[in-house]
Amino acid sequence: MREVAITRTEWLQVCKRSDLVANSGVCALVGSRQIALFFLPEQEPQLYAIDNWDPIAKAGVIGRGLIAEIDGAMTVASPLYKQHYRLTDGQCLEEAEITLATFPIAFDGDDVLIQVD
Amino acid sequence: MVKQKIVVIGNGMVGHHFLEQLANRPERELFDVLVFCAEPRPAYDRVHLSEYFGGRTADDLAMGKVEQYRGWGYDLRLNDAAVSIDRENKIVTSASGASEAYDHLVLATGSYPFVPPIPGHEHEKCFVYRTLEDLDKIQAAAKDGKIGVVVGGGLLGLEAANALKQLGLEAHVVEFAPGLMSVQLDEGGSKLLREKIQELGVTVHTSTATELIEEVDGGRLRMQFKGDKELVTDLIVFSAGIRPEDNLARSAGIELGERGGIVVDNHCRTSDKNIFAIGECALFDNRIFGLVAPGYSMARTTVSLLCGEAAEFNGADMSTKLKLLGVDVGSIGDAHGRSEGSAAITFVDEQTGVYKRMITDREGKKLRGAVLVGDTGDYDTLLQYHLNDMDLPEHPEQLILPALDGAAPALGASALPDTATICSCHNVSKGDIVGAVQGGCCSLGDVKNATKASTGCGGCSALLKNVVDTELAALGVEVNNDLCPHFPYTRQEIFHMVQVEEIKTFDELLHKHGSGKGCEICKPTAASIFASLWNEHIHKKPLVGLQDTNDTFMANMQKNGTYSVVPRIAGGEITPDKLIVLGQVAKKYDLYTKITGGQRIDLFGARLEELPEIWRELTDAGFETGHAYGKSLRTVKSCVGSTWCRFGVQDSVGMALAVENRYKGLRSPHKIKMAVSGCTRECAEAQSKDIGVIATENGWNLYVCGNGGMRPRHADLFATDLDDVTLIKYIDRVLMFYVRTADKLQRTSVWLENLEGGLDYLREVVIEDKLGICDELERQMTNVVGTYQCEWKTAINDPEMLKRFRQFVNTDEKDEKIVFVEERQQRRPATQDEIVQIAEPA
Repeated sequence: MREVAITRTEWLQVCKRSDLVANSGVCALVGSRQIALFFLPEQEPQLYAIDNWDPIAKAGVIGRGLIAEIDGAMTVASPLYKQHYRLTDGQCLEEAEITLATFPIAFDGDDVLIQVD
Repeated sequence: MVKQKIVVIGNGMVGHHFLEQLANRPERELFDVLVFCAEPRPAYDRVHLSEYFGGRTADDLAMGKVEQYRGWGYDLRLNDAAVSIDRENKIVTSASGASEAYDHLVLATGSYPFVPPIPGHEHEKCFVYRTLEDLDKIQAAAKDGKIGVVVGGGLLGLEAANALKQLGLEAHVVEFAPGLMSVQLDEGGSKLLREKIQELGVTVHTSTATELIEEVDGGRLRMQFKGDKELVTDLIVFSAGIRPEDNLARSAGIELGERGGIVVDNHCRTSDKNIFAIGECALFDNRIFGLVAPGYSMARTTVSLLCGEAAEFNGADMSTKLKLLGVDVGSIGDAHGRSEGSAAITFVDEQTGVYKRMITDREGKKLRGAVLVGDTGDYDTLLQYHLNDMDLPEHPEQLILPALDGAAPALGASALPDTATICSCHNVSKGDIVGAVQGGCCSLGDVKNATKASTGCGGCSALLKNVVDTELAALGVEVNNDLCPHFPYTRQEIFHMVQVEEIKTFDELLHKHGSGKGCEICKPTAASIFASLWNEHIHKKPLVGLQDTNDTFMANMQKNGTYSVVPRIAGGEITPDKLIVLGQVAKKYDLYTKITGGQRIDLFGARLEELPEIWRELTDAGFETGHAYGKSLRTVKSCVGSTWCRFGVQDSVGMALAVENRYKGLRSPHKIKMAVSGCTRECAEAQSKDIGVIATENGWNLYVCGNGGMRPRHADLFATDLDDVTLIKYIDRVLMFYVRTADKLQRTSVWLENLEGGLDYLREVVIEDKLGICDELERQMTNVVGTYQCEWKTAINDPEMLKRFRQFVNTDEKDEKIVFVEERQQRRPATQDEIVQIAEPA
């Protein structure tokens, strides 16, 4: 399990556990940044935060993609043109030079906390 | 370099084949090519001429497109017939007055229909069956008629009779000889064919000679037959054989046969060595070859010779297999057993109406000919024995007898020699196919592309598949039909596991039969199967993560991340009040509005968070979800039918409403579209749909498995003159059989193409209940129909489901990155260039 030191000063509460959809994504607005949040109850870690902007389709839709396992890696398939982005590090599997930003995210009780620089 | 000039006279199928073959050769550059064509359009597919009545257009039938000829650098002169040949100076003159010199002249003038000189044959209601213009005239005359007569009971005559039937006429065939198709069939085969055709409602008069045709009161035609019989009809089509079109050659002094036809040698050369003749105008070995394959063969021979290669035409096999008025007929080689020392083996089953006869040599070692009526399943095998002069098995009768243990001793692909011709349209041998596979073709489609095999009439498709599969297997290539890396099964197999074990969640399915965590292939597939079987709301917790994005949000995502909204407008029928509501909603949310091809109204540009509000207003007004986002029934298009239309013969709107309301919400391997037309004019374009229904005076004709998406396909006529109840019953069964057995994302068209046994098998399953599963198919459909819910209505009343439709879970702000601009008084997504300009004003 990933060890993260959670302190309220560094971490921002974005939503509640009940705002998440199991095995799927939602989107949060942090500052002016759209961030896709994925909750996979059976996975370790359970939470993933990744840029919501699809740089290929040029639309904010990553949070609405389908979760797909590709060669052992958990990915989200962009809903528009179906490229896969690895949830752990944002790497696009089809286009080596494209990577989405990822963000530390964790539960604190029922709160969902995220770290955005 | 001075190029040699080739002038081609005639642009039918054979002329076109000549030009196409030449165009694909490097030697093409050595020639200037000019083509005289008497007809107003370039070559079209005369073999499938009758399909013009079945909805195919002149464009569909076109073989040589004007642009294509231009691309090949040919000088094509349409509407300009060649009228004389000056052989001494090697000049052709045309009707328009053009004079063109040639080095090589190719006569591909074809043939014309023979009209027996019966008094009255020139009446305006007498037609021939040769060109698209002829068909237009027949169609126009049939409009006000009830009865049509075909004179001539040969292959083309029977096809014409079928066409008259399709046009809604009572059809008669009048044949001078004692039997039908006397060229191809022996007496027994001919007799059975006659019985079968009469069962289909075509009246056959054999041994009947027409002596006089005269107009009687009311503009109808009375046919007086020898022996005092007579028949009154509305129109007559002559199909009494063809005569070679040899006038031009005759007046140029080229040698002709005793009864016409331009005499050619085995190089297709006429008596003038600079002039070739190919196709139905050419007489080789005192024979005219009235089929397209020998004509093609002559065309190829001539191209090779012009390119300096050795080539010969040595006659051609006249074996044919076809379906006439729905009856399978096959004729191979010496079908009449006229050659010396022949012996025959005959199998007749009067109960099922099957007649098969093999002609062998006296020892029973070689196959000289065969006749098949009612069942041509053995045709391919027999033809190969004949063409390749192969030794027959010890008990040759087994080749035509029904096998008692169920397995027919079919000739395996591996038994064929490499020289065996598989596709005679394009002259592709087994060796060519083996070469293509060894050269890297890994699928049937690859082989078709590489060799053109089975891209003509398609009659060899089963044999081709057999050869390709055998070759692939020999190379150790395993055809992998696994759904995806997580499931080593086909969709069909997974469907059965889900059904038998009553699996209702993806986790359970994965745990029992799969591995890993699932992907965007297996998850939506599983969701679709669950929906087909259990029909639960797609937002139910275990199901929500499985849906494709459009299903998840029950709307179609468009390029800028907004959605389009399509309410159901069953059958395209809508009240003014509902129309007003659509307009109001569109105006309120500033949605781009468009009428779709399927007679629905599509509202574009809705933001994610607006979807529930929009749907609340739409459902309040009585609208339901249109499932435009799902792999499911989309639309049932209709015309106004007998209610308003002066031609309509049934209530097409009523039927479209009934059909749409029955199948709405049915989840399937691919999206499904349907249409109902109120008469044969087909204003709803039902034959271009997965399920098409066309009204007849007696009920409904059902067409299945059309559409095809990027590879368009017309639907096949499945059953005729059905009453309402039977129509629905058959659609239930066809659809559910498709839902259960199709591959993932497989359209009905591809499903049917891959269904072993094809349309006939589908009929056996659906109409005759061969598998004994019809009750279950209907039960399953009844269950789907009974558990229908409007997904949107359920969703907007469930706060938990609605949470998903927030743009952001932590604020009500809007997505500022969605930018619209105005065009034609409505808004549309801004392009990237426009967005940059908006952000940074110049």
